[in-house]
Amino acid sequence: MIGNTLLHLAILCVLSPLLLGVIGKTKALFGGRNGAPFLQPYFDLWKLLRKGMVISETTTWVFLAGPVVALAVPLLAAMLLPFGALPAPVSFDGDMILFVYLFGLARFFTASAALDTGSSFEGMGAAREVTFSCLAEPTVLFGLIVLARLAGGLSLQEMLSPELLESWQNAAPSLGLTLVSLFVVLLVENSRIPFDDPNTHLELTMIHEVMVLDHSGPAFGLILYGAAMKLFVLGALVVRIALPFTFNNLLLDLLVFVAGMLGLAVLIGVVESIMARLKLVRVPQVLVGTTLISAFAMVLLLR
Amino acid sequence: MVTFITGTLLLLGSGIPGLFCNRQSPLGERLAAVLSVAGSLLGAGAVVAALLIPGNPAIHLPWPIPGGAFALTIDGISACFLFPVYLVTVTGSIYTLGYWPQRNNPGSGTRLRIFYGGMAGSLTLVLTASNGILFLACWEIMALVGFFLITIEDHVLEVRRAGFIYLACTHAGTLALFALFVILGQFSGSFDFPAAESLSAVAGPATAIFLLALFGFGLKAGLMPFHIWLPGAHAAAPSQVSALLSGVMIKTGIYGIIRVTGFFSVPPAWWGWTILTIGAISGVMGVAFAIAQHDIKRLLAYHSVENIGIIALGLGTALLGKSFDQPLLTSLGLAGALLHVINHGLFKSLLFLGAGSIIHATGTREIDHYGGLLRRQPLTGLFFLGGAVAICGLPPLNGFVSEWFIYLGLFKSLGHDAPALRLSVFAAPVLALIGGLALACFVKVFGAAFLGTPRTPAAVGAHEAPASMLLPMAVLLACCFVIGLLPSAFIPLLDRALAAWATGAKALPPLSAAVAPVAAISWAALALAVLIGILALWLHRQKTPQTPRRPTWGCGYAFPATRMQYTASSFAEMLVGLLRWGLRPDRHGGRVEAPLAKPANFASHTPDTVLDRGVLPACRVSILVCTWVRARVQNGSTGCYLLYVMLALGALLTLATLLRG
Repeated sequence: MIGNTLLHLAILCVLSPLLLGVIGKTKALFGGRNGAPFLQPYFDLWKLLRKGMVISETTTWVFLAGPVVALAVPLLAAMLLPFGALPAPVSFDGDMILFVYLFGLARFFTASAALDTGSSFEGMGAAREVTFSCLAEPTVLFGLIVLARLAGGLSLQEMLSPELLESWQNAAPSLGLTLVSLFVVLLVENSRIPFDDPNTHLELTMIHEVMVLDHSGPAFGLILYGAAMKLFVLGALVVRIALPFTFNNLLLDLLVFVAGMLGLAVLIGVVESIMARLKLVRVPQVLVGTTLISAFAMVLLLR
Repeated sequence: MVTFITGTLLLLGSGIPGLFCNRQSPLGERLAAVLSVAGSLLGAGAVVAALLIPGNPAIHLPWPIPGGAFALTIDGISACFLFPVYLVTVTGSIYTLGYWPQRNNPGSGTRLRIFYGGMAGSLTLVLTASNGILFLACWEIMALVGFFLITIEDHVLEVRRAGFIYLACTHAGTLALFALFVILGQFSGSFDFPAAESLSAVAGPATAIFLLALFGFGLKAGLMPFHIWLPGAHAAAPSQVSALLSGVMIKTGIYGIIRVTGFFSVPPAWWGWTILTIGAISGVMGVAFAIAQHDIKRLLAYHSVENIGIIALGLGTALLGKSFDQPLLTSLGLAGALLHVINHGLFKSLLFLGAGSIIHATGTREIDHYGGLLRRQPLTGLFFLGGAVAICGLPPLNGFVSEWFIYLGLFKSLGHDAPALRLSVFAAPVLALIGGLALACFVKVFGAAFLGTPRTPAAVGAHEAPASMLLPMAVLLACCFVIGLLPSAFIPLLDRALAAWATGAKALPPLSAAVAPVAAISWAALALAVLIGILALWLHRQKTPQTPRRPTWGCGYAFPATRMQYTASSFAEMLVGLLRWGLRPDRHGGRVEAPLAKPANFASHTPDTVLDRGVLPACRVSILVCTWVRARVQNGSTGCYLLYVMLALGALLTLATLLRG
């Protein structure tokens, strides 16, 4: 179990920034540019962690609690989730609820840290973040219900077990709809186009990026690293549903998982390249629509 | 049992010595606090002792009222409700010393303490009474004492108004309860409470009993269509009273529903569906109204509606489990509901005490008048933050554990054969939505009140609360942490309550590690705490005294003012807009006409849809109708009155003949 935990941690810590690099490279290719190297996020993190900080004079300790919780949560949540066919180090009945609520904790502190600066721009970002996330939450639960119903178990390990492959043959429509809605949730939760543009230059239109305007140096490094890990963890959930193959061979399983994650990053890059950002008022409509789709997936199974 | 009754008597009488003390001297208030603490300790000790022995201690004394008996029983269900009563009473009575000192309130201090003790004492009796008449008597005492507690500041019009609405509601509920216990007494043959699961739910009056309980107890609990008294009353009362009302008194409604449904062996499925539906409505609409509030205490009051909804979700799951013979569902649902009763008692009183500390420091209840309080009230802010995290149901605090039980129960229904039962899993996404909305709401409150910079001079001049107010909050937060980190310690209590709800052949399986792996929750919570601690330490060491502190980045604007901060209202604007169909907020002004506009005003306000748009207009219409009818009937002509007498006599005679024939 200790070996498994360490392997999980190593995969998460080492590979998570790579996804951002792949996304950036994909977007650059679409834009006809060379783009930054794949390892650019690592360089950025290294640079930030060594730099000094500047802190806003209105802030309190809550301002630094945000980055800390935002990094601690994905680390812990990853322990509950199987990475591809690699079993989860910790698994118990109901761990999927803990998984969902842990990210709630991270959101609470990230949004509070944003409000701590007293800047109205960051307040706007925090308001948008909590609004959109609470609309995405039921979708996640509907998806989990579908998985629990198919697997007959109540832990993420059982839900994402190799039997998922059989379920794809029996209940493909439900799983397909769930996969699509969870992918949308992944985009929302990680502030990706079409919901949020991580590269926009206008503070007024940002969601996640505007919340961290005042963080700098190591604190900002923790935020970036935490965000990369969050993308990786939520992505691992989606990838496992899409590629439920198990070969009982550590190397092969690992290869499939990493390939799946890189494929997901490319997919996100493609989505970001070919879609425009949604108008802010459209986002809740899309999210409600996604919730209905996932509810539909669940109803198909409950009959 | 003697210890328990002594404790109750001490609580009931805790405010009395104050009557004989000098109006200015602090002796009365100190005596009251000592007596409350002593009474609570005695009572809590008695409950613990009752739990340690196998049987349920009971007392049954004759009472010269027809059908009445002084019958008290302490069982597992009572114990789950009693512990928060004692804890909140102790913390509240110590808090009173700092919040409502006698020297500042010579007029109302004594009154407050007498009724506060009366409320605590009558609560313990309501929760242990096992005779219908005794229960009604204690219930009525509790309700009336509640009225006097709410109207402590009766020179304020708004407070009197809230008090009268409360009085009308609670008496409407009591009326239903009178009918309920009469029917129940005729059905079971005695006014003593029947044993658990001893009645058949298919027989005639079961439906009437359930509906009356839902109305009578639901009105006290504040389930959504019946919550109309709750926001006003909680906002009007002093903070420690709100803590007691919201933390424990409204739970007596839940207690009543649990008790009455426990009398029936196999409840019909529609009972469970009804409670589940009402719970979902209360949960979502409660938190939706909370988001739209500007008054911190009204906001917390609406969160009580939300949490009662969550408890009802658990209870509905338990009832469905009983109807469909799924003991696992029942165990998890009921355990979740009962644990949430305890948890809500803890974190809601913590939040109300925290709100009281803010109001004490700033003198206003408007959230948008606060700001930057964390620098001026660091400890209050810390405790309030703990309460906020707990009420959102986030790990590693206690709210998560009880919601997790309810989720587990709902998910367990997936394995059942009957498709109907599986539909109950729809409640899980609803619970997730409630959690998400609660999080948005508490980020808003905490952010607007404690973070940023002060918005008004009152907030600039805020000061930290005295130790007598901080200590109770610290105790409550510590209890929240204990339940969050060590839920396994509370499993025996919950098992005991489950055994009291379903006995005999249908006994519920105890909450073993296989059913609910709470140990894993402990480890996860611990790991989270350690991880956060390590990272926080590392980041803290990166911050040196030389770390420059600069103004917040204003996106290029060089002269930010505190008024430009994002207010609580603007934070909630988007969600309120999305929930407009249910909230129906009033908005005035805010329209900018020309490019170089004159100063404009904007105000938004969200009245309670049920009370202000439903019940009050209906009352106004009925007043008009009644006035009109009275003017016609009471016309002052003697002949007419004689006609009425004759008509009434004729009608009575006809009725008598018909009934006899």
